[in-house]
Amino acid sequence: MNQYIGKAMPRYDAQGQVTGKVRYVDDIKVPGMKCVKVLRSPVHKGEIRGLDFSRALKVPGVVGFVTAQDIPGKNAYGRFQDMPVLAPENRVRYRGEPIAAVVAADEDTALEALSQVRLDIEEQTPVFDMFEAMQPDAPLVRHDSKSNLWVHYPPDITEVTMVKGQMDEGMNQADQVIEGRYSTGVQDHAPMETNVSVAYRDEMGRLVIHTVSQTIYAHLGMLCAILAMPMSRIRFIGGRVGGAFGGKNDIHTDHIAALAVLKFGHPVKYRLSREEDLQFTTKRGAFVLDFKTGVKNDGRLTACRIDIWHDTGAYAGMSPYGLEKCAMFAPGPYDFPHIKVTARTIFTNRPISSSMRGFSVINGQIASEIHMNRVAEALGMDPWELRFTNAWRDGDQGVTGYKVRGAGALEAMKKAAELAGIKLPDKLMSMSSRGRQAS
Amino acid sequence: MALFAEEHSIPMTHILSFQLNGAPVQALVKPSDSLLDVLREKLDVTSPKRGCDSGDCGACTVLLEGKAVRACLTCALTVENKQVVTVEGLSQDGKLQPLQEAFMAHGGSQCGYCTSGMLISATALLAKSPHPQRQDIAQEMSGNLCRCGCYEEITQAILDTARKGE
Repeated sequence: MNQYIGKAMPRYDAQGQVTGKVRYVDDIKVPGMKCVKVLRSPVHKGEIRGLDFSRALKVPGVVGFVTAQDIPGKNAYGRFQDMPVLAPENRVRYRGEPIAAVVAADEDTALEALSQVRLDIEEQTPVFDMFEAMQPDAPLVRHDSKSNLWVHYPPDITEVTMVKGQMDEGMNQADQVIEGRYSTGVQDHAPMETNVSVAYRDEMGRLVIHTVSQTIYAHLGMLCAILAMPMSRIRFIGGRVGGAFGGKNDIHTDHIAALAVLKFGHPVKYRLSREEDLQFTTKRGAFVLDFKTGVKNDGRLTACRIDIWHDTGAYAGMSPYGLEKCAMFAPGPYDFPHIKVTARTIFTNRPISSSMRGFSVINGQIASEIHMNRVAEALGMDPWELRFTNAWRDGDQGVTGYKVRGAGALEAMKKAAELAGIKLPDKLMSMSSRGRQAS
Repeated sequence: MALFAEEHSIPMTHILSFQLNGAPVQALVKPSDSLLDVLREKLDVTSPKRGCDSGDCGACTVLLEGKAVRACLTCALTVENKQVVTVEGLSQDGKLQPLQEAFMAHGGSQCGYCTSGMLISATALLAKSPHPQRQDIAQEMSGNLCRCGCYEEITQAILDTARKGE
C-alpha cells in the first residue's frame, strides 16, 4: 500500500468518466420501457374529495395509474417511517406531495395524462412559520397529532435537552452575558443528476431496481416493507451516483417505480425533471438558534444557553436525528463549564427537510461562530484570542459528557491564520490542544 | 389549438441526417425534439447529460461545427448535414486526448456527471485560444456547473493541457 500513500492517484473510474463510458441510471434503456410521472398536490394542505382518472385513461399510450390502494405493504418509509409513498387517507400536507403515478408510453403522454386527471381538492389553511406552528391554536400539519411538535421521546416529550454542569451558576459567575438570535434557511442539494429509477422484472421474476440511492441497504429494507417483498426477491443495483450531497439519503423515485412494475408488469423509468427535483425532494431544513453566552472579562467562557428550533416541513425525514446532532455540537469546539441546550423539531406545510452534507451540525456552527465574534466584540478582545483561550484541549468535556480526545481546533486555527497571512501573537502560537497547562 | 407544425404544413416527423463523431447518422425526429433528445433517446449516445433541460447547467454541451452548444437548447432539425462531436468522439483509435489525460491526472471529476460537458467546453476553448489565462477559463467555462466542486482541478487540467501543447 505504501506506494499509494501521499500520492495523487486517478479515480478508479476516471477513464470511464472522461470517455463518456460510465453508465448512470438515466443512461439505462430496457426494451418496452414505459415512463412514470407523478400527480402531485397543487396545494400546501388539503383533503382530496375526488380523484377521477377516466379522461386520463383515454389518452392513447396510457397504461394506467398507481395509487395508495396499490401498495402491498406499508405506505410509509424513511428513518422515522412517517413519510407516505402516495398520499394516504386522501390528505396532502405540502405542495408537491405525491398523490398518484401514471404509467405511459413516453413522457409527453404521461404529462398529457396527468393534465387530464380530475382532482377535486379542498384547500385547508396551511402554516409555514415554525413559531406560528407552535401556537396552541395553530392549524395542525398532522391531523392525528396533538401539536405541530415532533415527539422526540414517546409518549409526549417534544424537547431534546442536553445539560452539562449548572447553567444558572455559570451565568452568575460571568462578568458579561451576550445574547444573539441566528437563523439559517432552506437549501437544496441540486446534484447534477436528478433523482431517477429504472425498474423491471427479471427472468426469475425478481424485481430489479437501478437506483441512485446513497443509502442503499437502508433503502432496500424500506422497499421490502413498502412492497411486502423479501430482500431475496429484490435486486437493488446502485453505486453509480451523479452527485447526492445527502439528498439521495431519502427515497424519491425507487418506491413509485417499483409499485408501477408490480401493478402493470412493464419495465419503467421514473425520472425527476430539474424543476421537480428542486421543488419536491427533501431539503436542508431551516433553523433558528438563540445563543446566550456568559464570559469573564479575561475571555474565559463560563456558561452557554442555546435554544434551537428546526423546521422539518410536513414530514420528519431525518430531521429529528439531525436536530440531536445540532444540539450536541452547537456550543462549538469550546470549553464551557456549564451548558444547557434545548431543541425541538417542528412540522410546517413546507417541503420535507432531511439530510444535507454537514447534516444539521453546520447550522449550529454558523450560529456559534458568529456569536463568538459578538462575544469578542463585547469584550473588546481579538476574536482569535477568545477562540484560542477557550478552544477544546484533550480531556475537555462536551455537553453530553463525552471526553474530547485528539482535539485539533487550535492547530486548525494556527494553520488557517498561516494560510490567510495573519501573524498571531506568540502567546497564542505557543498554545496546544494537548493541554491547557502547556499554554 | 392547432400545433405550429400543422399550421405551417411542417411534417410531424422528419428523417434527420448529420455527421456524429465523424460518421453519418440518421434519426426519425419530431420538430419539437432537441438535439439532446435525439442523441440520448434515438441514437443512444449518453455522454451528454440531461442535467436541467433548460440551458443552465452545461452537462449536455456538444460541439456543433466546432462550437460548444447546449444540446438541450438546440432544435434537432437545425443540425441537418452538420458536424456534431460528443465525448465519445474525442479519443481517436482508443488513444485519449491530452485534455482527457489531464482531467484524469488532476482529478477533474468526482461524480462525473458534468465531466462530458466540461471536456467539450474546454475543447472548444483550447481550439479558440490555445494559451488561455485563468480568467479566460473562468469566463469560457462559466456555463458548465459542477456541484462536487472540481472547478480548480478542471482549471489546472486545462492550463496543463495548454502548457504541454506548446
